[in-house]
Amino acid sequence: MTTGNGSEVMLRLDNVHAYYGRIQALKGITMEVGKQEIVTLLGSNGAGKTTTLKTVSGLLHPRSGKVTFEGRDISKVPAHKLVKAGIGHAPEGRRIFSRLSVLENLQMGAYTRNHSEMREDLDRVVTLFPRLQERLKQAGGTLSGGEQQMLAIGRALMSRPRLLLLDEPSLGLSPILVQQIFSIIKEINAQGTTILLVEQNALQALTVAHRGYVLQTGLVNLSDTAAGLAANEGVRKAYLGED
Amino acid sequence: MLRRLLRTAAIGVALLVVGFALMYAMVWFAAIDKTPDKILSLATAQFFNALAAGGIYILVAVGYTMVYGIIELINFAHGDVVMVGAFVAYFISFKFLGYTGAIADPLLLLGVLAILFLITMPLLGLLGVGIERFAYRPLRNAPRLAPLITAIGVSFILNNFVQAVVTASPVPTPQLISLQSRFLVFGASIPWLYVVIFIVSLGLMAALQLFVGRTRLGRAMRSTAQDREAAQLMGVDINTTIAVTFFIGSALAGAAGIVYGLYYGQIQFTIGFFVGLKAFTAAVLGGIGNTVGAALGGLMIGFIEVSAVVVGLPRWSEALVFAVLIIVLVMRPSGLLGVSTAERA
Ligand SMILES: Nc1ncnc2c1ncn2[C@@H]1O[C@H](COP(=O)(O)OP(=O)(O)OP(=O)(O)O)[C@@H](O)[C@H]1O
Ligand SMILES: [Mg+2]
Repeated sequence: MTTGNGSEVMLRLDNVHAYYGRIQALKGITMEVGKQEIVTLLGSNGAGKTTTLKTVSGLLHPRSGKVTFEGRDISKVPAHKLVKAGIGHAPEGRRIFSRLSVLENLQMGAYTRNHSEMREDLDRVVTLFPRLQERLKQAGGTLSGGEQQMLAIGRALMSRPRLLLLDEPSLGLSPILVQQIFSIIKEINAQGTTILLVEQNALQALTVAHRGYVLQTGLVNLSDTAAGLAANEGVRKAYLGED
Repeated sequence: MLRRLLRTAAIGVALLVVGFALMYAMVWFAAIDKTPDKILSLATAQFFNALAAGGIYILVAVGYTMVYGIIELINFAHGDVVMVGAFVAYFISFKFLGYTGAIADPLLLLGVLAILFLITMPLLGLLGVGIERFAYRPLRNAPRLAPLITAIGVSFILNNFVQAVVTASPVPTPQLISLQSRFLVFGASIPWLYVVIFIVSLGLMAALQLFVGRTRLGRAMRSTAQDREAAQLMGVDINTTIAVTFFIGSALAGAAGIVYGLYYGQIQFTIGFFVGLKAFTAAVLGGIGNTVGAALGGLMIGFIEVSAVVVGLPRWSEALVFAVLIIVLVMRPSGLLGVSTAERA
């Protein structure tokens, strides 16, 4: 099977319904991410972007519908098993371990991998984020917001994911840092990692992404190539601040 | 690594010196005959008493603090796990090995103690894992009150079980290490037992620190304690991690149970309540969730308890313990070494 983009499908959500207790957050999401793609999820606050990522990484299981990763139904697989399966998730709000050192945070990222592989991954991450190198011994909680975001992404990369879920990686960063984060996202993708990117910063997201979906109250409202979405009048009005 | 070790040792020695000075002052204050030699020897004796009592509280307090740290549950059954540990040790040393009193041969003594610890600790660890699996895990996402009440229930179950199935009356436990084997220091004659208790406690604490601080599983435990969801995203199976935490905490409670029997020479199904209460206080005093804090708190409780005796108020020991707790909490609401909830986030 192939996506609209022509590449092989890596992740597929099929009519996914998800709840928090009684509150329904997803009302039938259907979408796919192709191998090597960068796909972005746009949508206003509470649309269900974070929830969608959670159903992919296994933190939340769909009540109905199906999530398929590399041909395998992962709808009911617990989160900790999906890391080994190849899914990395840098969650909303960074969620780094503030009382663990930066190095320990990265070691946690490599929890499922063996020691010798880790060395190599650590080198790769500190090459991507040289700032972390100087701060390896520091407690995670003492990093600046931007550094914490780098650590969160770096930590997710330590498991060598084939699919990387990024939830608002640019939130709260200065414009220069936002640029940096987006170029790093491109670089990670160029190194062979598929990326599903949730962003408030739609303009930036659409410049790096190949395709995108727009969510609204738990449903896919629109899906198109990044260029198509960027040109779409509704999207421009709602997310790119034009009126 | 070596520098940290030296620093820790230095802080520990400094603390003990302060403890000794306080004890000396207290003895001086309470004594009628203020001859320096007398006071020194009395203070020394009481100092070692406090170390032994504190050593037991340390082993118990750590279990409270570890469990609270990882699932934010005050495990009311923990004191009763200690009690079960004391009974298990009693069964092994008296019923199976047939000892009724002190063992004179040091090698034999060492062997018997090794057997006691090597059987009791894993056994109690498994008890802790079982309690978590069947009583607490099903309630993991329930409102806070549910597991708390369940913990009280588990405490009663352990209590009643020992009371009904084993015995309700006090049982004399074999004091394998003779109280008569002593050494002299500053004119005081100190039972080796007290030193052994303190060293066992310190050794187990050091092992725990190494495990939690330096191993992959230890890192997983600390991560799970800080952010369960994020830990899962790293590939950590939090059920396993929580079970390991209960295993270690309960195994240490088992060690405390053994030591309790050696120290007091008598056990009963009710002992868990008192030990548990004081050790829990120690954990709060040191800052719940922090293992070093629990050790510090345990030691302090030992000193306060002995101080109560020194100043002639043995019946006020609990009141004094809690008075100190209240004073500390007023000044530092999250305990001596505790992190505030804001910092935890
Ligand atoms: N833990 C939760 N418990 C109950 N409801 C939740 C929970 N998390 C999210 N929701 C609800 O689910 C819906 C979707 O939330 P979600 O976090 O997926 O939105 P989002 O698109 O990521 O929004 P934002 O841009 O603000 O991050 C919202 O209505 C939200 O209130
Ligand atoms: Mg969100």
